[in-house]
Amino acid sequence: MKKYILAVLVDNKPGVLTHVSGLISRRAFNIESISAGYTEDEDVTRINIEVSVEDDRELEQVVNQLGKLIDVIKIVNLGLVDSIVRELVLLKVRATKGSLADIRNIVDIFRGNIVDVSPENVVIELTGSQSKINAICEMLEDFEIIEIARTGAIALSRGPIPIKNM
Amino acid sequence: MTNPLIGKDSFQEADIVGITTPITKHNYLVKRASELPRVIKEAFFIARTGRPGPVVIDIAKDVFTTVLDYEYPQKVKLRGYKGDFTGDEGQIRDVVEALGEAKRPVFFIGGGVTLSNQTEVMREIVKNTGIPVVSSLMGLGCIPAKQEGFLGMVGMHGSYAANMAVQKSDLLIGIGVRFDDRVTGKIDAFAPNAKVVHFEVDKAEINKNVFSHYPVIGDLRWSLPIFNEQLQGSGEDYLDRFAKWHKQVVDMDRECPFSYKTNDKVIMPQQLIDTVSGMVDENTIVVTDVGQHQMWAAQFFNSRNPRQFITSGGLGTMGYGLPAALGAKLGCPDKRVVLFTGDGSVMMNCQEMSTAADNNIDIKVVLLHNRVLGMVTQWQRMFYGKRYSQTLLGGKTDYVKLAQAMGMEACRIEKPQELKASLEKALNVKGPMLIDVMLPANEDVLPMVAPGAQLDNMVLGGAEA
Repeated sequence: MKKYILAVLVDNKPGVLTHVSGLISRRAFNIESISAGYTEDEDVTRINIEVSVEDDRELEQVVNQLGKLIDVIKIVNLGLVDSIVRELVLLKVRATKGSLADIRNIVDIFRGNIVDVSPENVVIELTGSQSKINAICEMLEDFEIIEIARTGAIALSRGPIPIKNM
Repeated sequence: MTNPLIGKDSFQEADIVGITTPITKHNYLVKRASELPRVIKEAFFIARTGRPGPVVIDIAKDVFTTVLDYEYPQKVKLRGYKGDFTGDEGQIRDVVEALGEAKRPVFFIGGGVTLSNQTEVMREIVKNTGIPVVSSLMGLGCIPAKQEGFLGMVGMHGSYAANMAVQKSDLLIGIGVRFDDRVTGKIDAFAPNAKVVHFEVDKAEINKNVFSHYPVIGDLRWSLPIFNEQLQGSGEDYLDRFAKWHKQVVDMDRECPFSYKTNDKVIMPQQLIDTVSGMVDENTIVVTDVGQHQMWAAQFFNSRNPRQFITSGGLGTMGYGLPAALGAKLGCPDKRVVLFTGDGSVMMNCQEMSTAADNNIDIKVVLLHNRVLGMVTQWQRMFYGKRYSQTLLGGKTDYVKLAQAMGMEACRIEKPQELKASLEKALNVKGPMLIDVMLPANEDVLPMVAPGAQLDNMVLGGAEA
C-alpha cells in the first residue's frame, strides 16, 4: 500500500462534506486521514485527504471519482510534487512533580510545547511529520498518555505556485 | 420540512440529501427561497450535460410560501463543473492510426451512443468500415438487430458470435460503454488479444474496469463526427481491408444464432418474444422489467431504432417496467408501447396498473408468467444445487383478475396453438391491456457465461442443444 496526500479544493457550501465522504465510503477507498478548513478564498474549502492505494490505477480512480463531484474544483496529488507535509498533535500525558522535568526534556528534543499544566498532567503540542509524532508518542508512553488528538496530515507544495494554478 | 423542523427527527422527516447522494449525479437542499432560481438553473444544467444523470432538489417547505423578487439567472457559474466536453483530437488520430494496423477490429457500442444522439454517425462509420459491431444491453437499437455484421448483445447472455468476436479481436473499440462485469466476464481473460480503445465522456470510466490503450475522453457529440471524418480522410479502403474478418464473424453468427426449440404443449418464452416482435411495427417502443424475460427480449426482439428498447441495465431494478412503460407512452403518444415483464417484476409496482387504467394510458403488458423468480432460479439450478430458496412464487395470484380489478383489460394465453391469434387480438385492443402468458418454469436464458468465467467459455443452448 502506498500513501498519498490529496489536496482537494471544494466549494464552501453545505453538503459538500457529505458528498466527499459518501463517495469515499461507497467506492471503498482507504482513507488514513481527512481534514478540512477555510482557505485564502472565502468561497473555497480545502480538504486534505491521505489515501492508501494498492497501485496507480486505484489512485487514478480515487482522483477521477473525486473529480467527478460537482462541488470539487480541483484535486492535486501532493505526494507526486515536492511538498511539505505536517500534522499537529495534542497529547495529554500523566505528569507528577518527579516526572515533569523528564517530560519537558523529551518535548524540547522534539521541539514541541507544553501548553497546559495541572497537578496531574500536561498537554503537549507538537507539529511535524507523522514519523516524528509517532516517535514522541513512543517516548512518552512510559509516562502514560491519557489522550491523543491528531489532525491528520496537511500539505503544501514548495515554491510560489498554489495548487489552484497547477 | 419547514426550516425550523429540519434535523429534529420531525414527522415524516428523512435526510433526502443524505439518502440520494449515492444514487444521484448531484443534489441540493434549498433552505432559502433566494437560492432557488440559481439551484434550479444549475440542476438542469448538471442533469443534461456531460454524462447525464439525475439531480435531486430538496426544498424546505417554507420556501414554497416565501415571496421573492424573481429573477432567473441566464448563466450557470460552477467552478468545479464545466459541462463542455470537447477533448484532444490527437487521441482520435491515435485510434485511426491503430485501426491502420488492426486486422480484427470490433466496435463495442453502448447506451452512450444513444444518449448523445450519435446513432446516425455510428451507423455511417459501421457502413463505411465493415467493422463488426457488438452491443451492450443499453446499446440495443443503435444498429438494426438484423443488419449483417451486427452480432447482438455481448457478455453473460450475449450471442456466441459477439463473445467470440470480442475474444478474437485485436482492436476492441468501446464507444459509450463502461465495460460492466456482465459484459466482460473474467476481466483478465477479456479480449486477451486486443488493444482497447475507449470513447467516453466520463474520465473516471477510463481504466476503471478494463485498461484502455487508446482513451478518447470527451462527449461523443464531439468525438464521433471527428472520428468519422478522419476515417473518411484516411484514404484506407476499410471495407476491403476487413472483408475477410467481417465474413468470418458473420459466418459465426449464422452458424450459432440465438435460437430455441418449440413444442406443442407449452409456449416457450423466446417464441413469445419472437412472435410479438414479428407483429409490431418498427417504431414500437419495447420496455422491459428485469430478469429472464429482459434477457430474452434483448436476444429475440428485433430492435431497429434507438430509444425504443427501454430497460434497467446496470442497476437492474425489478419493478422498473410498468412506470417506465407509462412514461414512454406519455412521451411518445403516437408510438405503440409494449412492456415485457415477469410475474416477479410486475408485482414490484403493480399498483401502476391503476394509473394506466385511470388515465387510459395505452400500454400493452405482456406478462411472461412462469411462477418463479426465473433468473435467480436459473442460478440456483446451475450453481447452487437446485436449492430454490425463496424463488418459487406459488402461482396463486390471478394476474388477469388483478389487472381487471385495477381497471385494465386482460386476457390469458396458455396454448402454443392459440398464441399468434390471441396475441394479435390482444395487442390490437384499444387502451391498456395485460396479456398473461403461461410459460414453463424451468427454462434457462442461454447462452450463458458463468459469473467470473471468460467470455468464450459459454454454455450454449437453443435449437441445437
